[in-house]
Amino acid sequence: MTLFEPFQFEFFRNGFMVATLAGAICGLVGVYVVLRSMSYIGHGLSHSIFGGAAASAVLGVNFYLGAGMWGLLSALMIGRVARRGKIGADAAIGVITTASFALGLALSNVFGQARRSIEAVLFGSILGVTMLEVLAVACVGLLAVAIICAFYRKLLFATFDPEVADVTGVNVGRMEALLMLMLAVTILFTMKIVGVLLISALLVTPAVIARMVTDSFARMLVIAPLVGAACGAVGMVISYHADISSGASIILLAAFVFIVVYTVTGARGRGNAGGMIH
Amino acid sequence: MTSLIELDGISHSYGGPTVLEHVHLTIDEGSFLGVIGPSGSGKTTLLRLVLGNLRPTEGEVRRRANLRIAYVPQVETVNWNFPITVSEVVLMAAAAKWYRPRATESERKRVAELLEQLGLGGFEHRHIRELSGGQQQRVFLARALHRDPELLVLDEPTSGVDVRTRHEVVHLLTDLHRNGTSVVLSTHDINGLAAHLPLIACVNRELIAVGSPAEVLTSSVLERTYGAPMEVLEHGGMLLVTDSPMGIE
Repeated sequence: MTLFEPFQFEFFRNGFMVATLAGAICGLVGVYVVLRSMSYIGHGLSHSIFGGAAASAVLGVNFYLGAGMWGLLSALMIGRVARRGKIGADAAIGVITTASFALGLALSNVFGQARRSIEAVLFGSILGVTMLEVLAVACVGLLAVAIICAFYRKLLFATFDPEVADVTGVNVGRMEALLMLMLAVTILFTMKIVGVLLISALLVTPAVIARMVTDSFARMLVIAPLVGAACGAVGMVISYHADISSGASIILLAAFVFIVVYTVTGARGRGNAGGMIH
Repeated sequence: MTSLIELDGISHSYGGPTVLEHVHLTIDEGSFLGVIGPSGSGKTTLLRLVLGNLRPTEGEVRRRANLRIAYVPQVETVNWNFPITVSEVVLMAAAAKWYRPRATESERKRVAELLEQLGLGGFEHRHIRELSGGQQQRVFLARALHRDPELLVLDEPTSGVDVRTRHEVVHLLTDLHRNGTSVVLSTHDINGLAAHLPLIACVNRELIAVGSPAEVLTSSVLERTYGAPMEVLEHGGMLLVTDSPMGIE
């Protein structure tokens, strides 16, 4: 068995491309997620989208449309509940997204979705990735890059210092909604490969690794997608050869890189990532 | 004198008890106003209402049309681990009108000039964490000045800084005011900062008094503001406020 053997299969080539792109997009969006201390929302949103995916399947609605709308609605609800200030954002995420996840599970049970299908959604699968999906993920990546380039300074200001950004004329609410939209779309289009339960790790780990090796926000936006893409690509090859789910191998590889960088960068790296690693 | 901002009978609550009640306050062009009061008295809420970050639950805030306001937050609220350099912080001031990710040559020049003016020349590429407390405060001041503000609002500008830095900040603000910028700040530091300002507002859920230090820094006003007995002494023409005069040997 050679290293490149799996590339003779079309399903693997498609899965490989999606995993690489997914890693890059998650790394890019993840920079904002970790710097805004929103890691938990990535985790919650992926759970919520699972509920939307199950409901879409039951109602016969297009997966991306149904699950995407569901995810976006959940994100906006979390923001609204948290802004009211009666309960914290973490509690709002806990209630709304886990309820959505439970609903998805219940619908899958009642309407008899195959157990294997649920496992694929939860842990990721490279089977059945079409060229159209590869193109769709590539479009999401281009969209994320375009949004970040166009709103670079506004997003940076709203992330670093939202109160002053608001006074300075930046529409912070709109920037937050844009980030939520980017996050929801990223999770929606990449969860097939990585899985609902593991997607948040792909959002967080490359960004934290990037933070440990650089003190520059602009460089983080380059390093995190590169780390994410490398983990996605190499993780897919490992997944095939070790016969484990794609999500697990990608995340285990990212965790391994994290441990190596954490050890090599020493106190400086840990200092840089202060507040992200507890 | 033209008024920049008028707070007309404003009250505010965050959903619970009222934090500020029926405040009437006018900030005129050329003002240099210090807001004092104990912790939780509503000083920051008052500033946020002035800035427009908050809307009053009662009353009205009137601002002069196209008023350029800049804000310097408390340095304690800043995430110093954020991966950002001094020049990137200052450049944020132009974020609302620029879509270009990279700064232009003229923007870089303007940032360098501002930093030079504030004694931070050559610090452009330093990470904000590498600066001293006073330098960090000046970086945020540079960001505020990048907007060429007519009204500068500062929340506790001398909180957590040493005496030398406090002097630097006071001198900087005095120079800015002399050059035509109106200044409103909140402070806990009565002797080191508020007593040197031309106008002081005492706040504790309501506006207790507004006036010059001689008018406002009296035992009765301060006792109403802080809810504790306070003495005012005069030393070398300056007023000194103390809450335990008998303890000084």
